[in-house]
Amino acid sequence: MTTYAIRRILQAIPVILILSACLFFLIRLTPGGPLAAYERNPNISRQQLELMRQKLGLDDPLPVQYVRWLGGVLQGDLGMSIKFRRPVAEMILERVPNTALLVGAAFILTLLIALPVGVLSARKPYSFLDYLFTSLSFMGQSVPIYWLGLVMILIFYVWLNNPFSGAPLMPSGGMYSLGGEKNLLDLLWHLVLPVVTLSLAWAAWYSRFLRASMLDVLHEDYIRTARAKGLVERLVIYKHALRNAVIPLVTMMALDLPSLFSGGLYIETIFSWPGMGRLFWDAARTRDYPVLLGIVVINAVLIVAFNILADLLYARLDPRVRYE
Amino acid sequence: MSDAPAASPAPPVPESLGRLALRRFLRHRLALVSIVILLLLTLATLLAPLSRYSPTQQSPKNKLQPPSAQHWFGTDELGRDIFTRILYGGRISLAVGVTSTVLATLLGTLIGAAAGFSGGWLDNLLMRLTDAFLAFPTLFVLILLGALLREYNLVWLGNSVYVVIFILAILSWMWPARLVRGLVLTLREREFICAARALGAGSTRTVLVHILPNCVGPILVSATLETAYAIITESGLSYLGFGVQPPTPSWGNILASGQTHVFFAPWLGIFPGLMIFIAVMCINFIGDGLRDALDPRSIYPTSR
Repeated sequence: MTTYAIRRILQAIPVILILSACLFFLIRLTPGGPLAAYERNPNISRQQLELMRQKLGLDDPLPVQYVRWLGGVLQGDLGMSIKFRRPVAEMILERVPNTALLVGAAFILTLLIALPVGVLSARKPYSFLDYLFTSLSFMGQSVPIYWLGLVMILIFYVWLNNPFSGAPLMPSGGMYSLGGEKNLLDLLWHLVLPVVTLSLAWAAWYSRFLRASMLDVLHEDYIRTARAKGLVERLVIYKHALRNAVIPLVTMMALDLPSLFSGGLYIETIFSWPGMGRLFWDAARTRDYPVLLGIVVINAVLIVAFNILADLLYARLDPRVRYE
Repeated sequence: MSDAPAASPAPPVPESLGRLALRRFLRHRLALVSIVILLLLTLATLLAPLSRYSPTQQSPKNKLQPPSAQHWFGTDELGRDIFTRILYGGRISLAVGVTSTVLATLLGTLIGAAAGFSGGWLDNLLMRLTDAFLAFPTLFVLILLGALLREYNLVWLGNSVYVVIFILAILSWMWPARLVRGLVLTLREREFICAARALGAGSTRTVLVHILPNCVGPILVSATLETAYAIITESGLSYLGFGVQPPTPSWGNILASGQTHVFFAPWLGIFPGLMIFIAVMCINFIGDGLRDALDPRSIYPTSR
């Protein structure tokens, strides 16, 4: 198992190197180079530009620049933000807890929705309830998450009012109320809409997945055995079937976790949630390439890490699976 | 005829797989309804020039009007008719979704077939490449490329629409590639391939004439679902400002430009998103119907 993990990590290294190299070269080769924004700025003189160029080593050959950048990355230095003149690593680290909070909370709520929905659908396939959940999940899989967020804001911020104060029922974005005290209650209140939006979209996928995997498991011999020995149906479903059906779901969720950040990007943008996705979007609009490159590389590493984690988790949960 | 034991009934003429699949598909009512809606939608976007309004002509005195008999979906902050803009935007959104999927599917099929059929080092190389692309944080890379490619003066890519098609295709060929490789690997060992080779068919002929036609079903299903994904992604990218650029309308950038006024003109936010939702849901239903119709397990009822 350890050798398997090590081999996977070794395989992943060239992937990340190639991705970062391609993006690095593409960025450095843009017409005008990474300092194009400064060249358009009349307040910055030619000498200052030249100084910055030298400081950033932009006159060196590209491979030299890449190796220098890579050396920095390995030491946790992702370069300086062009716009904020702050270390990129520091800016990203600031945002990571916010994104983790959002994605983590949405993850838990997703499970709370998907587990019962998947189990209920699979217990009585093609029943009214199953058709209802199936239709809802088809809608959830088809709805653009950025639009769902917007509709949520329209309903809970614009149309519905707090009956006591007449103020909007829910906040439209941000982490804390402006000018208010930064307490936990306020934070949770701001967390509701983005988390519900994300979870609705994710639960649509996972409940379908769980339904299919429950149906597979319910056909297995050991379920028939459990029933034959007179076990209560509740125990058959929750102890024998669900436990086994959940294994592929857990693996799938671990695989998906980094790509769930994409959904997080839309949601953070719409709800002005100061996380990594919002930082990325802001940086993309100002062409702050060091920040963009840093976030892409971090996400690529996360994807690889979670892929390996998913494999190991699968082997851990299902003793029939062996890797050599 | 049941009381004629001597004359065994003539074996029924086996229905061709294509007819069988078609019959099964026609039974999937939601898929049929979806096809009709999608066709109507496509037709409407093609007939967009019949609208009384221009998608780009501004008319400030009509700005931010709620939906009415004159303006079915209302007007935006520049007085442009939203319904007309959505029709023109639909052309772009649907075309980008379909074209990028076709490109990705062609590329994926080519790579998957080459990998699966040749095996050995080429298979290894191509599959590592596929893994590499699958490890990309797709949306982040899409945004970065969308931002980057606009700084290059790409004459050959013309306007932003082609850039979006290009980057969507480049980041989604991996799924068809994996699918086709898997299919080719199982088909390669079948007897009729052996027979074809024994009759002297070359590799290219074997793949093109004997293997790929047998992969069409699954490829079609995956391409359909991929189209839905491409439409959502294009709109999302345009919504974030890194896809199709105004003044060319697309569902995503209509939604984006409406967003600033959405608090007092909610129709600006509702209709463009609703169109994406409807189109994507129809395509998903069609994909579902196709999957049911083309699934070999459901075509040949087995003991299970």
